[in-house]
Amino acid sequence: MSTPPPPALARASWRRLFSRSPAHPAPGAPPARGPAPSIRLENLTLGYDRHPAIHHLNLTIPPGELLAIVGPNGAGKSTLLKALAGELPPLGGVVHLPGAADTVAYLPQQSEIDIDFPITVFDLVALGLWREVGAFGAIGRAEAERVRAALVRVGLAGFEQRTIGSLSGGQFQRARFARLSLQDAPVLLLDEPFTAIDSRTTEDLLRVVVDWHCDGRTVVAVLHDLEQVRRHFPACLLIAREPIAYGETASVLTRENLRLARHSSEAFDDHASVCHRDPEPRP
Amino acid sequence: MSLDLFAIAAQPFTDFGFMRRALAGCLALSLGATPIGVFLLLRRMSLMGDAMSHAILPGAALGYLAFGLSLGAMTVGGILAGLLVALLAGLVARSSVLKEDASLAAFYLLSLATGVMLVSLKGRNLDLLHVLFGSVLALDDGSLLLIAGIASLTLGLMAVMLRPLVVECFDRGYLRGVSRWSPVVHYGFLVLVVLNLVSGFHALGTLMAVGIMILPAAAARLWVRRLGPHLGLASALAFVSGYCGLLISFHADVPAGPAIILVAGLFYFAALIFAPGGLLPRRLVGRSHLES
Repeated sequence: MSTPPPPALARASWRRLFSRSPAHPAPGAPPARGPAPSIRLENLTLGYDRHPAIHHLNLTIPPGELLAIVGPNGAGKSTLLKALAGELPPLGGVVHLPGAADTVAYLPQQSEIDIDFPITVFDLVALGLWREVGAFGAIGRAEAERVRAALVRVGLAGFEQRTIGSLSGGQFQRARFARLSLQDAPVLLLDEPFTAIDSRTTEDLLRVVVDWHCDGRTVVAVLHDLEQVRRHFPACLLIAREPIAYGETASVLTRENLRLARHSSEAFDDHASVCHRDPEPRP
Repeated sequence: MSLDLFAIAAQPFTDFGFMRRALAGCLALSLGATPIGVFLLLRRMSLMGDAMSHAILPGAALGYLAFGLSLGAMTVGGILAGLLVALLAGLVARSSVLKEDASLAAFYLLSLATGVMLVSLKGRNLDLLHVLFGSVLALDDGSLLLIAGIASLTLGLMAVMLRPLVVECFDRGYLRGVSRWSPVVHYGFLVLVVLNLVSGFHALGTLMAVGIMILPAAAARLWVRRLGPHLGLASALAFVSGYCGLLISFHADVPAGPAIILVAGLFYFAALIFAPGGLLPRRLVGRSHLES
């Protein structure tokens, strides 16, 4: 924030009240977040108003995976990501993701950010440090340095004092990535991060994604560009309201699987009866 | 000449205690209510302030009917009615298909109708005028303390909540993701809106209390881009409006409340025409573009 917050106002106790993470060590130094947990989905059914968007998904994402989720529109990709982020309670089944709210950083497809709000790029990106500084902690010199480093990393050096409303679509996505990387989460969820983004920006941001992977973080991204998936993502999940295939990208994105995915998605029925495969049918 | 200026601009305040009180009231309002107005504006809730100001009417009327022209009763009544409407509207918006604006409109209209009904059942028209238009020139010690107290509370709470409040304003989803602040600042802010409307209603009446919140905030937004200057400039404009409005009211013998709001309106129109975000500079500067 541009306005200095009140000095360490009973910081620790306030943070315990209002932050979802435990108190962090040494402010300034990047905090040691735990290693990426493995994510296990057990017979997961997700949807809205009892209509499932995804049926009976069983999946284990090992720690450090760089996973692309691919499928036709309406296949339930965004829904799955929302559930992983803890924003959508499942209709059935379980998401095993230890300490979800703490370990996950989520980049929704549609930014809810009001770009007319008079705030600078620096302040926007600095919000990535929320888990460390909370509502009251100061953005000191060390923190400001990390914010600037994050901006450099996404190619936005020199944009610190620009208001967010003056950014182009690509620059804005770069700023969102900078904030995301400051969140320093072991698990990152990206919902169509490169849609409507030009190739150069996509390349730069893909490099950031690969860096996250090299750090040992788990990255799950919903993508549409199959070439991109083949080139950069070792693992792939193909879904069309049900899992079609999961595993090594080359073995998943076969012509036969893609045809199957297209077909399943077209078979959508608005007047579906109650699903009987569900071990715990909802009333 | 200088004596004339003194006589016009300062003497009313040095000679008359009620003018000094009115000025102090305006200062408190511009420090408390106007920053709230800035955030209402930035959250695109300007009209929500208007709706809430109508919602507090039945509470104030009930207080008046039960205890007469009692400051405490009308204040408590107004606050309770405002909070009730805000809470009900929020609940309905979260648990039904109606959005917040629709449910708020429904409740505030019901509340307003109830208020007018209550006032006209027992009161005379003069009382209704007092509730609707306030009386900044007749602020007693109690009212002044109340207004100043609410302004102090507002500044204090806003200082504490500033960062979460800003994030709630422009990226609510993110705030919900990283902390539990979102509902705290949402309802905390609503409480502050209600409190400041009640405080403004003692000075300017329910109808015009919103004016001192929104008009300076809108005028300042046209001049500046950053949040800090926006808050400062809005408060300054609000206070100058209050000062000029009181002088006009004194010299021209017109009611003070409308005079204050009309001066604020003049600032708004001036900003609309001359400010960087207004009409003229956009036409003039827009012709030639820069290299990059």
